[in-house]
Amino acid sequence: MSGTLADKTADRGKSVEIKAVSKRFGSFEALKTVSFDIYDNEFFTLLGPSGCGKTTLLRMIAGFERPTGGDIALKGKNIDSLPPHKRRVNTVFQSYALFPHMTLEENIGFGLQNLGWDKERQRERVWQMLQMVHMQEFRLRKPTQLSGGQRQRIALARALAPEPEVLLLDEPLSALDLKLRQAMRNELQALQRQTGITFIFVTHDQQEAMDMSDRICVLGDGQVQQLGTPREIYEDPANRFVADFIGESNFLAVNVLSVAGDKAKVRTPFGFDIEARQKAAQPKTRAMLSLRPEKITIGDRGAAATMEGEIIQQNYLGTHSQYVVRVGETDVLVTSANDRNDTMGYEVGETVSLGFDPASARVLGE
Amino acid sequence: MKRPGFNFWGLLPAQLIMLLTMIIPIGIIVVVSFSTRGAYGGFDYIFSLESYQRLLFSVGWTDELEFNPQYLLIIGRTILLAATTTAICLLISFPAAYFIAQRQGQLKVILLYLVTLPFWVSMIVRVYAWLIILGKNGVIDGTLSKLGIVDNLGSLLFNNGAMLVGLVYSYVPLMILPVYASIEKLDPALIEASHDLYGGRWKTLFRVIAPLCKPGMVAGAVLVFIPSLGAVIEPMLLGGGKKMMMGNLILNQFGMDRNWPFGAAVAVVMMGLVMAVMILNALRAARKQAETA
Repeated sequence: MSGTLADKTADRGKSVEIKAVSKRFGSFEALKTVSFDIYDNEFFTLLGPSGCGKTTLLRMIAGFERPTGGDIALKGKNIDSLPPHKRRVNTVFQSYALFPHMTLEENIGFGLQNLGWDKERQRERVWQMLQMVHMQEFRLRKPTQLSGGQRQRIALARALAPEPEVLLLDEPLSALDLKLRQAMRNELQALQRQTGITFIFVTHDQQEAMDMSDRICVLGDGQVQQLGTPREIYEDPANRFVADFIGESNFLAVNVLSVAGDKAKVRTPFGFDIEARQKAAQPKTRAMLSLRPEKITIGDRGAAATMEGEIIQQNYLGTHSQYVVRVGETDVLVTSANDRNDTMGYEVGETVSLGFDPASARVLGE
Repeated sequence: MKRPGFNFWGLLPAQLIMLLTMIIPIGIIVVVSFSTRGAYGGFDYIFSLESYQRLLFSVGWTDELEFNPQYLLIIGRTILLAATTTAICLLISFPAAYFIAQRQGQLKVILLYLVTLPFWVSMIVRVYAWLIILGKNGVIDGTLSKLGIVDNLGSLLFNNGAMLVGLVYSYVPLMILPVYASIEKLDPALIEASHDLYGGRWKTLFRVIAPLCKPGMVAGAVLVFIPSLGAVIEPMLLGGGKKMMMGNLILNQFGMDRNWPFGAAVAVVMMGLVMAVMILNALRAARKQAETA
């Protein structure tokens, strides 16, 4: 997907430009200075733990909050001075915020009516939206008569009806149960493709973000930690925060021996030296080696760097098993796919050999 | 039919209180209204429709009945004043309640306290204060003449306007509180959603905020309309007895005029009006409930 994305972004216009935007609430700095662009027809995700500033940023794009510093442009035009009702941006709220006193039809038509569409066109569009979310037969119901998933669909239909330049989604799946959430992910992604509208999606759920997004902006501590495709962010985390927040990783304290370009030679706690790609490592200092559990092979599958350890914990998880292996004084988390019928996995207390390809390890600043 | 949760003996005390303080007194009033005026005040147990007849007709010199709207006029004025009071209270309450709801923390508590503050002072004292404000050489007249803006405005008392001011002043807190409660309950995300969907200030106010605050406004309207209908002190002091309302009429019949049956008949008419309002409100609530169920 990342390959096609590069072509997609090459000559695309910018939907939203975040230019050195910052936000403070009193003495609290919700967002330090952040800058990035969001392209047309992109499924863009703002990902981060709660309090990282992602919702604040979304609310500033919608116009509910004003940036303390910097500018936001929509389709190349500065929108700082526009109130929310003059921005061609619609929001799917976390609580859906459907108007309880209006029917679904009236809810969806609300924006169109405010935009002054003529009656006939309004009716057509509302019907089209109801069809899109498969809710035609509910059109005269009130929101209180719907299930969570149905409300979610109507909230989407209402926000998409006025054909916004950008659709903002504020953790819209957090109130749904697991199964529904999975289904809605696919639906959201399909809707984005179908409408060609730029989606800006806010979530703290990395699975959700990886699943749907063209690009992810990882926010932490009010700053952009990394911006890239899901693959880049997972495989090539910019720092420990990203590596830790997205997926699981082993963080091994290493000594940096030398740095050459984007490679660093480090001494691992296992006693051998490896050369791995690095970010922000300084020679003759300590650094972190990030090693994804699934990149470590267990048993003799043949890998460049190998060591031996004792299994101290094992969890069978169906598609894969998870082991904690003690190598010397370091505990290493390893996941191993259960893709072969001939092995029964390993038991606690067994001594196994572990191996990894240094190319899959990353040296990160501490 | 046995209703679940209805325990006759368990609820007996409550039923006795209802019987003694509500049903029997109202029954007495109804009975009195159909009886005959006693020779020395009071009433005699002789069935008569005379009191109700008197609401519409007066008896002429030759015992013929002629239509006389003098009491209808009082009833009409009462309804009109109560309705106008309710409308003005609504107009004042909504922005006031909205303003309070938007304040933060301590200030909100203080403002709500100030709204309820007048209840700590006797109603008569509060209405009396308006005599000083509106009277000849009072606060308004005195200040305006001293400033030379108006010469000799005189008294602003003893007219419908003065009564209205008194009624609105007396009952507006009863409207502010329920309206405030409904605004406070409003999900701010709904207001944001309206703005987000291209609704400006006024559209948001009329299409989202006001409809969602309707329950509070209806509750407030009932709370203001009913006591306004039965108001006695405001018309007495500010209307100067010239402009009567139903409450004064009833008081006079039981007092000075010593015509208990007629006073009781007016009271029955007033209760009918109050009940009509309550029933309409209950029907509306029932319909609403059926709609959402």
